[in-house]
Amino acid sequence: MIEERVMPTSASVERPFLTVSNLSVSFPTEDGLVRAVDGVSLSLERGKTLAIVGESGSGKSVTAQAIMGLVNRKAAKVSGEIWLDGKELVGLPQDEVQELMGSELAMIFQDPMSSLHPFYRIGDQIVEAIRAHRKIPTAKARQEVLEMLRRVGIPAVERRIDAYPHQLSGGMRQRVMIAMALINSPQLLIADEPTTALDVTVQAQILDLISTLQGEFGTTVILITHDLGIVADVADQVAVMYGGRIVEQAPTGVLYDLPEMPYTLGLLSSVPRMDRELLERMQPIRGNPPSPINLPKGCVFQPRCNYWERVPNGACLDVRPELLESDPEHLVRCHLTVEERQQISRDVKQVLAGAPQ
Amino acid sequence: MIAYLVRRVAGMFILLFLISVAVFFLFNLLPGDPARLTCGKACTPVVVEQNRKRLGYDKPPVEQYLIFVKGIFFGRVFSESSPVPVVCNAPCLGYSYTRHQQVLSLIQKAAPVTFFLAIGAFLLWIFAGLSLGIVAALNRGRWVDRLIMGISLIGYSLPSFFIGLVLLFFVVIKWQFLPYPNYISPFENPVQFFQTMLLPWIVLATLNAAFYMRLTRNQVLEVFGDDYVRTARAKGLPERTVVVKHALRAGLTPIVTAAGLDLAYLLGGAIISENIFSLPGLGALAVNSVVQSDLPLITGITLLTATIIIFANLIVDLLYAVVDPRVRIT
Repeated sequence: MIEERVMPTSASVERPFLTVSNLSVSFPTEDGLVRAVDGVSLSLERGKTLAIVGESGSGKSVTAQAIMGLVNRKAAKVSGEIWLDGKELVGLPQDEVQELMGSELAMIFQDPMSSLHPFYRIGDQIVEAIRAHRKIPTAKARQEVLEMLRRVGIPAVERRIDAYPHQLSGGMRQRVMIAMALINSPQLLIADEPTTALDVTVQAQILDLISTLQGEFGTTVILITHDLGIVADVADQVAVMYGGRIVEQAPTGVLYDLPEMPYTLGLLSSVPRMDRELLERMQPIRGNPPSPINLPKGCVFQPRCNYWERVPNGACLDVRPELLESDPEHLVRCHLTVEERQQISRDVKQVLAGAPQ
Repeated sequence: MIAYLVRRVAGMFILLFLISVAVFFLFNLLPGDPARLTCGKACTPVVVEQNRKRLGYDKPPVEQYLIFVKGIFFGRVFSESSPVPVVCNAPCLGYSYTRHQQVLSLIQKAAPVTFFLAIGAFLLWIFAGLSLGIVAALNRGRWVDRLIMGISLIGYSLPSFFIGLVLLFFVVIKWQFLPYPNYISPFENPVQFFQTMLLPWIVLATLNAAFYMRLTRNQVLEVFGDDYVRTARAKGLPERTVVVKHALRAGLTPIVTAAGLDLAYLLGGAIISENIFSLPGLGALAVNSVVQSDLPLITGITLLTATIIIFANLIVDLLYAVVDPRVRIT
């Protein structure tokens, strides 16, 4: 699934639907160059779901925005390649990017309240999205909007289509955002923390809705989240990001069964579980994410890692680990040996499961 | 909606009542005998007493106030017992004994001058302030932005009497690009009207334009970071639509509505500009009325200005509800 090396760019090579190779995004700031995304490579088959997981500042959102074409090219430097269905996006002129946005590529954002324009009726905002790409009469577009609002589960659509965003609940607004994103049947849907701002009870509904519509439309989905708890049911692939890099990537089942990177282990241990005593059931990662300006010289996760002393010669302090296969489908960026990692993983699982130590 | 209007208008009347009380009694407490001011140096005490009685200044202040209020609603007659009584129809704001004219007719003569001055300056500063502010925001950090912000700083720092006098000296007196300002109604002589008003408009607009440039730039930059602007971009809309229909629509709405209040403030008279360019507007009239201790005129102008500002407040609030669907009038 994953290509660490830069792929050959001739069109004759058969590529997965989405291929990102060596994507880097950096922002020059007064304090120095911020490398928000540093050499991210990933690929995704048509119709599948990839979850990109990480803490705030891990670069997951910037990765998504770079794929979408939303990174401001005046403010940021984007390098690498993004191939979507045989088309390279990074080098594309702005007007062609604009043509793809909202038609081939669509995005759902975190906060549905602030993501909808407060001054315009929701129906008009979706009609605008249609007419940005398809020159059809407004009345016809409005019919499409009604149909789409029905499909995303909004009751009394004839009335709601003329509502302003502030008249709808958070869950309804996110449904509107989903309707707006899917209205032009995009091939790739990027959902950037689509449930973070919502009530817990609504979160599952929205994820269900995205999965269902994904099946109906055959859409490929990238789900950005910091919540590993919601990933298991939805994603086919998981990429864990830390400090602007992918640190582990695997099919969802593999990642949950035997996570190898200590950071992923930490993330999984941080998911609260109702069936355990409070002290036992959570093992939070200590410390804070690194500053993107001053990344550690060696492994970016080393300062927070519990196991770096096990690696001989202090390699974790000096040498950046590569993202290497520990299994054909399982990539890990860690200096520990595969055997060590798997042993640690099993040990941690046992502790979390409440077995005697 | 109707309940809201009724409530607001009732509140306005209470406020105006309080202002009128304050103005009326403050001026009555001022040193200086209004009756003494009704005739010149050669006045005898007998004439002063006669005038006092004739103008009603012998009555207690509360009664005088009631007569004043009654005059506003029903009109009144001055010097009833004299052979030439002055009939002052409602709304009667009083009678200026120094000018021997009704306050209302004095205001009616001065108001159009101030109105044209204020409207012209308003259009100029809104246009300059918003457009330059937007240009600065769209070019943030580049030389265009720095230039505009520099202009704004200069405009902000220069006092209007300085700009006014410099413009008057160079443009009118030294280079003689424009004739000496001599106000005339635009309906009588549009060319002379524009020649007279051009400099006052510029002077009056400068300060506000400088302020609005800064305000607009900051507001637009803030809105550009908002999520719904990103959504508009993600829809694949052309950049112009993103900027105009989504960012500016949201960003400029509060500015334009708030500008209504600044306009209302100007409508009360621009004292410095009117004096420099000898425009016979409300500002000049107010200054003269103070210099001459013309109490009825001062009272009238103060009440009028207060009324304009209170009304503008209501209109701005209503306008806000029209342009921003989130604002509900209840």
